[in-house]
Amino acid sequence: MAIPDRHGRFGPYGGRYVPETLMPALLELEEAYQRTRKDKGFQAELKHYLKEYVGRPTPLYFAQRLTKRLGGAKIYLKREDLCHTGAHKINNAIGQALLARRMKKPRLIAETGAGQHGVATATVAAMFGLECEIYMGTEDMQRQALNVFRMRLLGSKVTGVDAGSRTLKDAISEAMRDWTTNVRTTHYVLGSVLGAHPYPMMIRDFQAVIGREARKQILAAEGRLPDCLIACVGGGSNAMGLFHAFVPDKKVRMVGVEAAGLGVESGKHAARFAGGRPGVLQGTMTYLLQDENGQVNLTHSVSAGLDYAAVGPEHSYHKETNRAEYTSATDDEALAAFDLLAREEGIMPALESAHAIAEVVKCAPRMKKNQILVVNLSGRGDKDVQQVARIKGVTL
Amino acid sequence: MNRLDQTFGRLKAKGEKALITYIMAGDPSLQETEQLVLELERAGADIIELGVPFSDPIADGPVIQQAAERGLQSGTSLRRILESVTRLRAMTQIPIVLMAYYNNIHAFGEADFCSKAAVAGVDGLIVPDMPPDEAGPLREPAATAGLHLIFLLAPTSTASRRAYVAKESGGFVYYVSITGITGAKLNDMAGVRDNVAKIRKHTKTPVAVGFGVATPEDAARIAETADGVIVGSAIVRRVGEHGQDGRLVHEVGSFVRSLKAAMQPG
Repeated sequence: MAIPDRHGRFGPYGGRYVPETLMPALLELEEAYQRTRKDKGFQAELKHYLKEYVGRPTPLYFAQRLTKRLGGAKIYLKREDLCHTGAHKINNAIGQALLARRMKKPRLIAETGAGQHGVATATVAAMFGLECEIYMGTEDMQRQALNVFRMRLLGSKVTGVDAGSRTLKDAISEAMRDWTTNVRTTHYVLGSVLGAHPYPMMIRDFQAVIGREARKQILAAEGRLPDCLIACVGGGSNAMGLFHAFVPDKKVRMVGVEAAGLGVESGKHAARFAGGRPGVLQGTMTYLLQDENGQVNLTHSVSAGLDYAAVGPEHSYHKETNRAEYTSATDDEALAAFDLLAREEGIMPALESAHAIAEVVKCAPRMKKNQILVVNLSGRGDKDVQQVARIKGVTL
Repeated sequence: MNRLDQTFGRLKAKGEKALITYIMAGDPSLQETEQLVLELERAGADIIELGVPFSDPIADGPVIQQAAERGLQSGTSLRRILESVTRLRAMTQIPIVLMAYYNNIHAFGEADFCSKAAVAGVDGLIVPDMPPDEAGPLREPAATAGLHLIFLLAPTSTASRRAYVAKESGGFVYYVSITGITGAKLNDMAGVRDNVAKIRKHTKTPVAVGFGVATPEDAARIAETADGVIVGSAIVRRVGEHGQDGRLVHEVGSFVRSLKAAMQPG
């Protein structure tokens, strides 16, 4: 059975829970995407930009010192942090911008949490000469001031969203409202494997290049598949991107790492699988942090990109079918992992990706020395330096 | 017979159009919501739409978003709203429709919710983030309980969507007059007329028009075309302005009277 099915269902998850105004746009997008994904011209164009503009393929780097330090499995880092703009987000932004151009939509909108997807979308909008507006919660604008300025430098309008928790969730709602209002001229470049069908499928497909490359690279380096994949999961696009090519390889474990914030028991976290249950938010049925009445809970994470109440529906499916496992790392664990990777390997990870490194710290020592871990280093930490300084009490 | 059907039938016989008024339940409190419902009826409303406050209302503009925040702040839940409807039913038989985002209903449990809502005296449901394509889990429990599932059509709807949604919708078809969210400005009357006429080709169910109907003039123009006129944000804005000053019921009542007067035929 193809996943998702033609209704956008991953088992019971996914679907299209949107106002009727958006239904025709989603159907049009699905139709355009199904047509273009098979189009050789489109694929050639996408490949061209991924190679010449994004800098793909990204390296699969053997982290020798980190491996030695942890004393267990061999650790490979998939270096998405080396993509143009500093994170995997641009893989999807390029794909959707090319699609928008073919659909003759001159205006792009996007939401952003950490700012990485906003920067990626602003970047491709500049490159393709499209108008662009980015929605961002005012809390996140404060946490990620540098990225706000980057988006403005790239010629995008950044609109603060001062509702609800003032984070990613509220930015998505506002972007959906904009799309509902301007759907005839506007394409909504959703940034993660979230939202209504076809977004979770389409974004997974655009990110699947990560796992396809990693699979080839590890076979070339080690002559065999890895024992385990690790990636952080906010919406879950970098994780889905890494996992997708390995899904049929049943012996490869897949581990997604959610943000445990101040600890799952504290209630201040974004660990949907640990503390949530299925529900509908922003277009899709999936695991969701909510109260007994179905109101969506406020979330907390040191990392803006993981600070979201729902998770991509395909992750819910992988969780339910036990194809992937989900665990979590706290703010403190992620910050320690940030320091560790900087000092052992000279790589500052994004705070999002630091959650994946935190899981490596826990599981690599328990594995045998001939076992292999592949970790998605989904973004670089430059954007987080100011925040890390603030947390450490350092004035710059 | 469902109260919605009775009301549309009675109005049709008189050559009148339904005034459908929306307020957010629990804004500023459920006690005041109950007073407002009774006042809306006295002021000439034919059908009451009660919004269920949700934390993430993607189809709503700022006016209704803020009302939802006030509703949540006053501790309003779907359960407590059904208790309010039960109390209201001792005093009025005006049709009551709940407008609730799907997750609130899903959390309650679809079947349990439909039966409890019907017992309380609810007549129909509008779930703005649940197109008929996704209505499977609600369809049977709603039909069993005798609740109408009211679906929406929009200016962007294609001919095939129009045919599908018009057939699926019970009680009335909710035509969204603008491409946008609640509370935006109505600016294309010709488009509304054209779309209402197209919807009627697919169904005998009454067609009501909402989103962007803000003034008595808007209401009068919509009433020339549609079977019902839905006014939400314009009322909710007044609730927001007068929620704390003791003039709430009076202000809302006089605004609704002006809407009703503008809709009278001739």
